[in-house]
Amino acid sequence: MDFMLTIRHKTGLAMKNRLFRAVTDYPVWVVTLTLLLVFAAAAGAPNLVFKSDYRVFFSEENPQLTAFEAMQRVYNKSDNVSFVIAPEDGNVFTPEHLAAVQKLTTEAWQIPYSTRVDSITNFQHTWAEEDDMIVEDLVLEPETLTDEDMPRIRQVATSEPLLVGKLVSPEGHVNVVNVTVQLPGVNPVTEVPEVTAKVREIKAQFEAANPDSKVYLSGVVMMNNSFAESSLTDNATLVPLMFGVVLLGMIIMLRTFSGTFATVLIIIFSIVSTMGIVGWAGFFLTGPSASAPTMILTLAVADCVHILTTMFYEMRQGVEKRKAIIDSLKINFQPILLTSVTTAIGFLSMNFSDSPPFRDLGNMVAIGVMLAFVFSVTVFPALLMILPVKIKPRPEGKRDLMHKLSDFVIANRRKLLPGMSVVMLTLVAFLPQNKLNDDFVKYFDTSVPFRQATDFMQDNLSGMTNVEISIDSGESSGINSPQFLKVMGDFSSWLRAQPETDHLNTLSDTIKRLNKNMHADDESYYKLPEDRELSAQYLLLYEMSLPYGLDLNDQLNVDKSSTRMIVTLRNMTSKEMVAVENRIYQWFEANAPQLTVHVASPNLMFAHIGQRNIQSMLIGTTVALILISVLLGIALRSVRYGFISLLPNLAPAAMGFGLWYMIDGYVGLALSIVAGMTLGIVVDDTVHFLSKYLYARNKRGASSEEAVSYAFASVGRALWITTLVLVAGFMVLAQSSFKVNADMGLLTAITILIALVVDFLFLPPLLMKLDNHVSAKKGDRNEVVN
Amino acid sequence: MKSLTKSFNSLLLAATVVMPVMALAETAEEKGLAISKEAKVRDLGWADMQADMRMVLRNKQGQESLREIRMKSLEVADDGDKSLTVFDKPRDVKGTAFLSFSHPVGADDQWLYLPALKRVKRIASRNKSGPFMGSEFAYEDLTSFEIEKYSYKYLRDEACEGGTCFVVEQYPVDKHSGYTRRVVWIDQNEYRIWKVDFFDRKNSPLKTLTFEGYNQYLSKYWRADLQKMVNHQNGKSTDLVWSDYRFQTGLSDSDFNKNTLKRAR
Repeated sequence: MDFMLTIRHKTGLAMKNRLFRAVTDYPVWVVTLTLLLVFAAAAGAPNLVFKSDYRVFFSEENPQLTAFEAMQRVYNKSDNVSFVIAPEDGNVFTPEHLAAVQKLTTEAWQIPYSTRVDSITNFQHTWAEEDDMIVEDLVLEPETLTDEDMPRIRQVATSEPLLVGKLVSPEGHVNVVNVTVQLPGVNPVTEVPEVTAKVREIKAQFEAANPDSKVYLSGVVMMNNSFAESSLTDNATLVPLMFGVVLLGMIIMLRTFSGTFATVLIIIFSIVSTMGIVGWAGFFLTGPSASAPTMILTLAVADCVHILTTMFYEMRQGVEKRKAIIDSLKINFQPILLTSVTTAIGFLSMNFSDSPPFRDLGNMVAIGVMLAFVFSVTVFPALLMILPVKIKPRPEGKRDLMHKLSDFVIANRRKLLPGMSVVMLTLVAFLPQNKLNDDFVKYFDTSVPFRQATDFMQDNLSGMTNVEISIDSGESSGINSPQFLKVMGDFSSWLRAQPETDHLNTLSDTIKRLNKNMHADDESYYKLPEDRELSAQYLLLYEMSLPYGLDLNDQLNVDKSSTRMIVTLRNMTSKEMVAVENRIYQWFEANAPQLTVHVASPNLMFAHIGQRNIQSMLIGTTVALILISVLLGIALRSVRYGFISLLPNLAPAAMGFGLWYMIDGYVGLALSIVAGMTLGIVVDDTVHFLSKYLYARNKRGASSEEAVSYAFASVGRALWITTLVLVAGFMVLAQSSFKVNADMGLLTAITILIALVVDFLFLPPLLMKLDNHVSAKKGDRNEVVN
Repeated sequence: MKSLTKSFNSLLLAATVVMPVMALAETAEEKGLAISKEAKVRDLGWADMQADMRMVLRNKQGQESLREIRMKSLEVADDGDKSLTVFDKPRDVKGTAFLSFSHPVGADDQWLYLPALKRVKRIASRNKSGPFMGSEFAYEDLTSFEIEKYSYKYLRDEACEGGTCFVVEQYPVDKHSGYTRRVVWIDQNEYRIWKVDFFDRKNSPLKTLTFEGYNQYLSKYWRADLQKMVNHQNGKSTDLVWSDYRFQTGLSDSDFNKNTLKRAR
């Protein structure tokens, strides 16, 4: 068995050596071949297009998405664009402003895929004159309006429950034109930008014609568009920024121009081929997966840094360039292969995520990391052969920072172990305090116009948080039955009384108004009729007098057996949102158990996804942990140290989340993947440190303290540099205007930094404690035997 | 006399030569109008009509819903027709009756009798573009065809169910219409409509209406048994199934007024 392994090991070694010789003997060929492959892969990149639709965050089998889509098939779709209009003088009710709003309302019908436009001007105002019922736009011919008409229009608009709080503020200082858009979904890449372009054109026209009014754009379509735009501007600023950080960092720390140039090429090759390959594979980009280039960039640097460091070390010792390169490859091949594989496993754990964009991100970065490895051991040395590399031989500084650190750790090990344990436990104790929250509006920071618009709308009218409630009577035309109407009325009153409710759109208001109109506008008839025929006939009458696009089909199914209400809620956390959902179900259980009720909405989908994703990622992270630990055990050739490594590998993520409670306190979709993702990265530090420690213990017979000192001296600096690069890289990502990516970047940076602290300050004292304990025991036994 | 015949013959000859040239000189707009006028002329003189209609509504999920109504119409020269619609299903609107005096331009006069309220209500609304009883038919799709309601443009000839069809574009005059245009297929033999494409206010395809099962009544008037409307934007559809067409049953103005509405059932 041993013999076989040795042979295999030897053939592997021979192959590796042949490879290293080949890349250094024929560097031009290697570079040419690589370029050809990269170009072939890159040709697939144009296939990689951005899908701007919040629905991409949900898998096909997501129960909240399924429920919502079922509801959208019964009623009409509710994707929308909101023009939020604020006149400077704080008064919507002037003839000029109403004329402008009416013009905008008419114009809005020209928006591609629009199916409905609602505003205060085209609101179908109904009133009675004796036995006449008049149905008319609230603002019909604005050119004929005078200031005398304003109090009447204001009175109608601000007392109409369908309008107030949704299309006009109670104070009458802001109004909204809401456009319902039915995207065919045939070409998800072009449809949203098409709508957005027209919407912006209308906005620009309106602002040019009405310089005294400010227009903000909100709504689901604008949010979808922001996913794409925010990510693209991110990539336009963050990727160059990151390149700048890498260039600067490498030139300062490694003092090499050629090495930096070669590294940048490796990074570009890795990113371009990854994006090309996934383009060929039919991926599409989404907010989260658009951060893949930044991540690959960050992770690809480490491989090159390790190879360069060893190569320069050799050259400083006077070794000629080609041999220094081959030596460096020999020394680093296995560690960087191992760390690349563990990193890839960490990212691949994202495949357990419930949210497809994160699966894509994981796969893209995993591909990128492995490609970076391949390029680092082939084209990177080839480039170094071609490029001029001059190193002045100089002795390595002996008493550098690492030695001081190592002395400090060894001297204070008895204080550090309990001290660090307390710090670690304290941080971990805060982990459960984090609250779950996925508010898609807050996915964008306040620099994004969509966020500004939505915040403005939230502050002045009502938010974008809504829940759709479908109530099914179970019988044809059942919504007209007095029992059903009573439930609808009672439920509407109850829901309106909830502290979270900003606005409720319910058919019961319309029926009450019609009842009043049918009784010569007698206020005492503003109530639900107690007669099925009456209600049915009112609706028939009303439906026949409505214009195109303003019908009741978004509130009633074809059979009139069920109705949909839409409640707009104030901004809240996912947990509160789920609580509201449960309260709604409980109300029906207690008051109308005979009715079938479905509650769904995009907000609810997001409210549940954090929880769902955390559960699925727990499995993913565990699988990754097992795989990585097995790999480590094999690499370190020790079960014992494999187990010891678990602690410094797991603790950083747990501590990171503890610290996160103090920074932000809310975790969502994006952060639930950080544990799995960072696991693969933080493992690298432990691998390097432990392997050097074990090398000193086993091969050199060093004591625990000497081994720690050796480990610090040989890998301390490299760990410090790579950590710095990684932290810098993820901190760049943390600057993203897309909060999902920004939080992911920040928490990853924190976790990686914590990992280094743990590896430097906790792992060595732990090793010294455990190993001294073991050797002390051995000593005791020896004494007894003697 | 001979010379007269001769000159008449030469005139005839000249006419046969010139006529097609004149036809060529006719603009697409004129030809569209001429076709529509011919279609209207061929359907004149039916005086009054009664029929039963069943409406089948389907949503994207495939759920169906049924409506049943009876219609009476009275032909009115130089104005829109008068119609009286009595609702039979759903049960809770049974007995509701709708009287309408349609006008080619401007708002129609409309009254509704609500049996549950036992009152006749006049409805003042310019809106004809909303869905009729929640279906994919707008009220304006069901009202009588009047020349003044549209401007026209002949597009082309095309093979259709009824042989060769004129394809004519119609632009609604009423600014409250839900459409920018309709494209209508009219067969060249009998001037029956076979298909209508509706385009919404932003000129995107909205609905398609097709006609099936044409029968001729009183050896003159063609009526379809089935009209199928499909909405391309929301995936819903509505079928109108007509039966029991009766013409010239002796209805008069007095059957179409507000006071007879209550007794319409």
